[in-house]
Amino acid sequence: MKRIGYILLYLCLGGVALFQVFPIIWLFLFSLKDNREIFAGSPFALPSELRWENYVKVWEGGIGTYFWNSIWITAVAIILTVLFASMVTFAITRMKWKLSKLVLGLFMVGLMIPIHSAIIPLFSMFLNVDLIDNPWSIVITYTAYNLPITIMILLGFYYTLPREIEEAAIMDGCSIHRMFFKIILPMTAPVMSTTVIINMIYNWNEFVFVNTFISSDAYKTLTVGIQNFIGQYMTDWGAIGATLIISVLPILLAFIFFSNKVVEGISASAVKG
Amino acid sequence: MKSSDKRKGLILTSGRSFSISNDMGLNEMNKVMSNKWVITLYVLPALLLIAVLVFIPLILTGYYGLMDWDGVGEMNFIGLENYITAIQDMKFWDSAWHSFLLAIFSTISLVIYLAISLILASKIKGADFLRKIYLIPMLLSSVAIAQLWIKVFNPTNGMLNHILMVLGVENPPAWLADTSIVLFAIFVPILWQYAGFYILIYYAALKNIPESIIEAARIDGASPLQIAYRIKLPLIMGIVKVTIVLAVVGSLKYFDLIYVMTGGGPNGASEVMASYMYKLAFSSKDFGYGSAIGFLLLVITLIVTIVIRKITASKEEIQY
Repeated sequence: MKRIGYILLYLCLGGVALFQVFPIIWLFLFSLKDNREIFAGSPFALPSELRWENYVKVWEGGIGTYFWNSIWITAVAIILTVLFASMVTFAITRMKWKLSKLVLGLFMVGLMIPIHSAIIPLFSMFLNVDLIDNPWSIVITYTAYNLPITIMILLGFYYTLPREIEEAAIMDGCSIHRMFFKIILPMTAPVMSTTVIINMIYNWNEFVFVNTFISSDAYKTLTVGIQNFIGQYMTDWGAIGATLIISVLPILLAFIFFSNKVVEGISASAVKG
Repeated sequence: MKSSDKRKGLILTSGRSFSISNDMGLNEMNKVMSNKWVITLYVLPALLLIAVLVFIPLILTGYYGLMDWDGVGEMNFIGLENYITAIQDMKFWDSAWHSFLLAIFSTISLVIYLAISLILASKIKGADFLRKIYLIPMLLSSVAIAQLWIKVFNPTNGMLNHILMVLGVENPPAWLADTSIVLFAIFVPILWQYAGFYILIYYAALKNIPESIIEAARIDGASPLQIAYRIKLPLIMGIVKVTIVLAVVGSLKYFDLIYVMTGGGPNGASEVMASYMYKLAFSSKDFGYGSAIGFLLLVITLIVTIVIRKITASKEEIQY
């Protein structure tokens, strides 16, 4: 009786797992098929031959530019976000000043606001300073909007750093900047890596800001780029599948290698409510 | 709570080390750690960014809402006209209703996620692996998810209708083209996207319950269902409340996936508040009215957050 119960539980959990991954497996399968096979055959069938040429076709079609834009914009925004967030968190948790609670509160309020409510004024601000259709508008926007969550993840770790280390450093005549960059930052490496992963997922997948602020193909990132790209392959499902797989691959790889960090970061991002 | 305890402990221990070291060191430490210039230098970059790119735009949204403005030309102050128009705008109320429906569905689905997490946390082998599998859709961009599910819902070649036809359904619906179904069809990928996220949170909370409490209940003769309902659930109620706020607020401001999948169509049948606002501003070039809707979105989100917090607030937090 108990065994049957367990089998039912596993079936239930397995069913959910299948529901969660099957659409993605199906996507991968049809990215390796041609239209005839996709439309005539069973969607669950393995490709009769692996048509990697779908991937070659979309890569040569120009998806590389979007890919590169996604990489550098994601990377630069991560560096700025994690650096600025670490500095603020250090000042808030380790230094003594009256307004620290208020400033922390401001950042925490930033966790709750709907970004779409800010997008029209942001657009006109960037228009006025000539940053529309300039990738740096995207970089600074990502940095600003990811600061709250990054600070929140860093916060707990900074609170637990032992004060003796700072004391010892300062007694030895170390300047505060040297202490921050040479001692504190390296000590926070584990939690920094969590914030890097979370920022990477957010930046890589972001759509609205790029869609609104960028109009030239040369500056578009993958999320927006694949939109037009897919438009031109209207009925070529294999090419569309290959495009989508290429666009999600870096994140999936990061997940395979750093799944614990991802889980940690995503759980931390939930406590914000 | 835990981290503040640790913090107290740290201050205590560091206090002891102060007494060992001389007072000169203490003064020096205090002086360095409250240097106004250093604090300004460390706080300013982040504070400027969030003030200029997050808070000022939010305030401006309300202000632009008072204007008649096409985004590039001159602004004309028209008072509350845009807000009055919005209140009488059936399209706005339809989109708000769709957003609220999504919020309701998301909240109800939390029950399912909670049930799955309860099973997952009850000494299931491979639970850690399963919860990671569940999380995968959450890692994909909304654009990729939207494009993928456009294909799943494709009336002739999509996976869904293929399965339905194999099962003997003769005329499966054209999911995204049917005004009476489209809204519910796009809820599926949205729930699919976030299921793993909520399961992950509940699972972590359940794993935090001390084994001794559950063991004690088991010895007292409580059945697994009783343990789940009477002990585990009340203990993670704090997290459940957080997820309700997340699900509702996330639904009210939901945009990306719907914008890519249907653009709010056909004929406004899947329009939500954020997509309506976006369309007004960037397609119709009505920045004034779009801003008014954007501001209403902000106000509604904040009010709903406060209301849910009030409703779910309990006088005493359960301790263990």
